[in-house]
Amino acid sequence: MPERAAIRAEAARLRAIFEAAGALPVETSVLQPAEVLLDLYGEDIRARAYVTSDALRGEQMLRPDFTVPVVQMHMEHGAEPARYTYSGEVFRRQEEDARRANEYTQVGFEIFERDAPEAADAEVFALFFDILRPLGLRAATGDIGILMAAVAGLRTSDRRKAALLRHIWRPRRFRALIDRFSGRAPMPEARAALLATTDPMAGAGPFIGLRGPDEIAARITALREDAALGPISASEVALIDAILAVRETSDNALENLRDIAVDLPAIQPATERLARRLDELGARGIDITALDFEASYGRTQMEYYDGFVFGFYAAERPDLPPVASGGRYDALTRHLGRGREIPAVGGVIRPGLVLSLGGRA
Amino acid sequence: MTLKLGVPSKGRLMDKTFEWFGRHGITLGRSGSEREYAGYVQGIDNVELILLSAGEIPRELAAGRIHLGVTGTDLVRDRLGQWEQRVRELAELGFGQADLVLAVPRAWVDVNCLDDLDAAAAAFRARHGFRLRIATKYHRLVRDFLRENGVADYQLVDSQGATEGTVKFETAEAIADITSSGDTLRANHLKILEDGMILKSQATLFKSRVASMEAEDRRTLEVLKARLDLD
Repeated sequence: MPERAAIRAEAARLRAIFEAAGALPVETSVLQPAEVLLDLYGEDIRARAYVTSDALRGEQMLRPDFTVPVVQMHMEHGAEPARYTYSGEVFRRQEEDARRANEYTQVGFEIFERDAPEAADAEVFALFFDILRPLGLRAATGDIGILMAAVAGLRTSDRRKAALLRHIWRPRRFRALIDRFSGRAPMPEARAALLATTDPMAGAGPFIGLRGPDEIAARITALREDAALGPISASEVALIDAILAVRETSDNALENLRDIAVDLPAIQPATERLARRLDELGARGIDITALDFEASYGRTQMEYYDGFVFGFYAAERPDLPPVASGGRYDALTRHLGRGREIPAVGGVIRPGLVLSLGGRA
Repeated sequence: MTLKLGVPSKGRLMDKTFEWFGRHGITLGRSGSEREYAGYVQGIDNVELILLSAGEIPRELAAGRIHLGVTGTDLVRDRLGQWEQRVRELAELGFGQADLVLAVPRAWVDVNCLDDLDAAAAAFRARHGFRLRIATKYHRLVRDFLRENGVADYQLVDSQGATEGTVKFETAEAIADITSSGDTLRANHLKILEDGMILKSQATLFKSRVASMEAEDRRTLEVLKARLDLD
């Protein structure tokens, strides 16, 4: 690992580039209230972030990323449109791989802007691409919005769609739900038995706890309605599979997705957003015939990216985490904005990795 | 140098461990008064008995302060990251069987598997404004298990004892705890999910992979393993 002073100098150089792109430098606290992060990410965040506490403020987390506090700051008193840059350390618990750093510097760039989201996507990516060009990294891109649009467009109940959308970021559970809703997997025996009885609550025993009989009855009603509903058709499942299998250069991926959109018109607006983004990238000198696009990319990361996603990897060093990553997170601003929202896109670079790979300081 | 053997310092786990070694001709015992945590070893040379809380044995093995230790698989897997690289299982001792299971109120007739739990958790959060609470003391094991199985919208609440009572007390909606017969669960109106077996655990003799050993210790270990029929 390069020395701290060198990393700090590299971070300053990167931040200066982002400032030159119009970003306002901002700072955030190292200690973040745990409640906000837990509410957003759920229990999984405890496996990734260090938690500490005191008797007055309760649980606090050592910041695992800057995005959440920067969005909060913007939603509270930011002017529009806005662009921010920051640099500082983040802290990540490592329980599986002792070689991975649990404390490292990130330098970030975020754009909050309502107009021309594809242009903003392209601007962030192109800026990162130019900065990282000397390292010869592999760029990966994707767009979670396409899969979300496909799910929203399925000819099935809103309840099934909501269940699938909730698990977009958990590929295994998503697959299990698709199998269940399409009839590929049989209904669990216990559920079939439950639905076959006329009075499922008979013999339930004493009710204990907060989840009341009305909630149990409501779920049984939902299960009955779902059982009465036809399966998601095999052709629609095939279209979802086709989308998930898209993995080629961006120009070919776009053609492929446009073909799929003929049978699944719901993804057309998302596909056209991809087209506009590729135009914007081309206009900034990115060769889209050499840029990889993978429709399922970014699905296993933290669940706030809901549109364009990207990452830069050292192809020769599969042991290293991505040198840079980012994406669009409109839904996060909606969640943290309590009713207000603003489209936002951004990313982070790890200057320590840039130096390790022979980048300049 | 002596080979340090960590054994739970009290209760059934200690008695059963003593019995197990005794069957192999090695007598372990507590010396001095009932309250003094000192022990003796007879029937083999150069082995030292260290009496410790079962919960601390994983940590001591991982730190290399003891060479061998008897504790539950559940504790090793919950407390030690990358446990396979830090300790090795030498023998399952055939007692202290305990399953870490996920249980919900028996009145939840609509929840029988993890798939149901996940759906119920989503509805619960929408209704109550907070995530469905699962009381446990095995945070890492439970979290890894639920992540692996794609269950979302839950939170873990710490419970160091009387975990089965938390649902009635309304500090949790479900629990993940150790059970051997399931009697306590039933008595507290709880049922185990069909696919809610998180880990099957029993008392196990572990060897530290990091504790330093001299040539003499290695010889002692070979003698011990021969006596315990572990070759």
